[in-house]
Amino acid sequence: MVGISRSGNDYDIAVIGGGVVGLSIAYGLAGRGLAVTLLDEGDVAYRASRGNFALVWVQGKGIDLPDYARWTMGSAAAWKDFAETLQHDSEIDLALEQRGGVMACLSEKELEDRASQFRRLHNAAPDCANVETLDHRQMKALLPEIGPDVVGGTFCRHDGHVNALRLFGALHEASMRRGVGYRPNAPVHDLKSMADGFRISTSSGEIRARKVVLAAGLGNAKLAPLVGLSAPVRPLRGQVMVTEKLAPFLHYPLGTIRQTDEGGVMLGDSKEEVGFDTGNSHQILGAIAAHAVKVFPLLARAHIVRSWGALRVMSPDGYPIYDRSAACPGAYLVTCHSGVTLAAAHASVISEAIATDIWPETISAFSARRFGDVPETA
Amino acid sequence: MFRRLLEPSRQITILIDGQAVIAAAGDTVAAALLLTGNTRFRQTAKSGSPRGPYCGMGVCFDCLVTINGEPNRQACVADVREGMEVITGTGAPQLAADRRA
Repeated sequence: MVGISRSGNDYDIAVIGGGVVGLSIAYGLAGRGLAVTLLDEGDVAYRASRGNFALVWVQGKGIDLPDYARWTMGSAAAWKDFAETLQHDSEIDLALEQRGGVMACLSEKELEDRASQFRRLHNAAPDCANVETLDHRQMKALLPEIGPDVVGGTFCRHDGHVNALRLFGALHEASMRRGVGYRPNAPVHDLKSMADGFRISTSSGEIRARKVVLAAGLGNAKLAPLVGLSAPVRPLRGQVMVTEKLAPFLHYPLGTIRQTDEGGVMLGDSKEEVGFDTGNSHQILGAIAAHAVKVFPLLARAHIVRSWGALRVMSPDGYPIYDRSAACPGAYLVTCHSGVTLAAAHASVISEAIATDIWPETISAFSARRFGDVPETA
Repeated sequence: MFRRLLEPSRQITILIDGQAVIAAAGDTVAAALLLTGNTRFRQTAKSGSPRGPYCGMGVCFDCLVTINGEPNRQACVADVREGMEVITGTGAPQLAADRRA
């Protein structure tokens, strides 16, 4: 298609960061006819994309920020079309399933706390996704293998999941087919705004681009100030494990337990402030397993085949940052925790905003200005 | 076809899919199976295509068999034991039915 470099190392747009966020944007930009290069750091990168839980998830998002609840809902609603186009472009099946998702509660208090959060969001923003509260019997109807300790739960019909490895592969494949110039092992050492665009020095040479998008996850913290932006992001570790492949028994994903389309059951959801340590620990994995066995007692018989730790990219309030630079026009910043759920929005609304430089009202709440440490943006 | 390089020091009888098979002390279940000519150890969980040992050293999880009622055991890292029951050719286990708590 389009998008090859105009001459050598000279592009319309350089996207820094080859994870799900950077790829979604590069894919969206290349689809708008722009010459895009994607700079990927290499094997030393923290790669939040490779540790993720693969949910396309709405319930619980934006409890205290209806703008984020709407933004998440919009992306989840756009996922079906996004997946269809991406599957067509890449010839890779993403195994997207959006039939609803569940959170299980192990005490009446936990259930009441969740239900009251959703009532609060519903009162503030009646247009946001509806979340139903279920008792044990209703949960059992959806998930017959739940244990007696599950007192109830919540269900949102907009929730779902995808095969994250194939999403990652498909975004790569489709971006390449759209002509994105992919540069692996290209960590960015310096970034300069010049009269005619940006000069980016990388380990594999200098790149010139009219615009630059910072989508480097935790790496954005250092890159942003080079172009008059701010990304106060920090690592928040999550630990995940996966069982052997099992015959399907879990027909809806839960926020912390899901069975992949290939049969393995992923168990996750821990939050630890441990800096840049991507390891894992028996204490945390044991607690995750114990919780999973309470929810589904039959999991006590499953073998765990793999476990890992990965670093979430967290802003101070947990919500995304979308910004454009006033000091260096043409520089944009995108960072978020939910790169899978938001992939559809990043490939469409965000790519469009960056391509046209028209910043829609729907994302204006997500400037880093809300943290009070960046200059006024354009 | 595989053949044994050394004469076994001690013979062990195991059951493979209900048939008594003579193996040697120190054999892995995978070695015992391959010596009988069995290369189809299991079916994949997703498409049901046949699989046998690939790495032979505990990494690839392609040689999974059911041993003494426990599915998804790696045949290449399990040693044969007198009277062991090995079932081949199965797919993804049903936790509720296939495995005792």
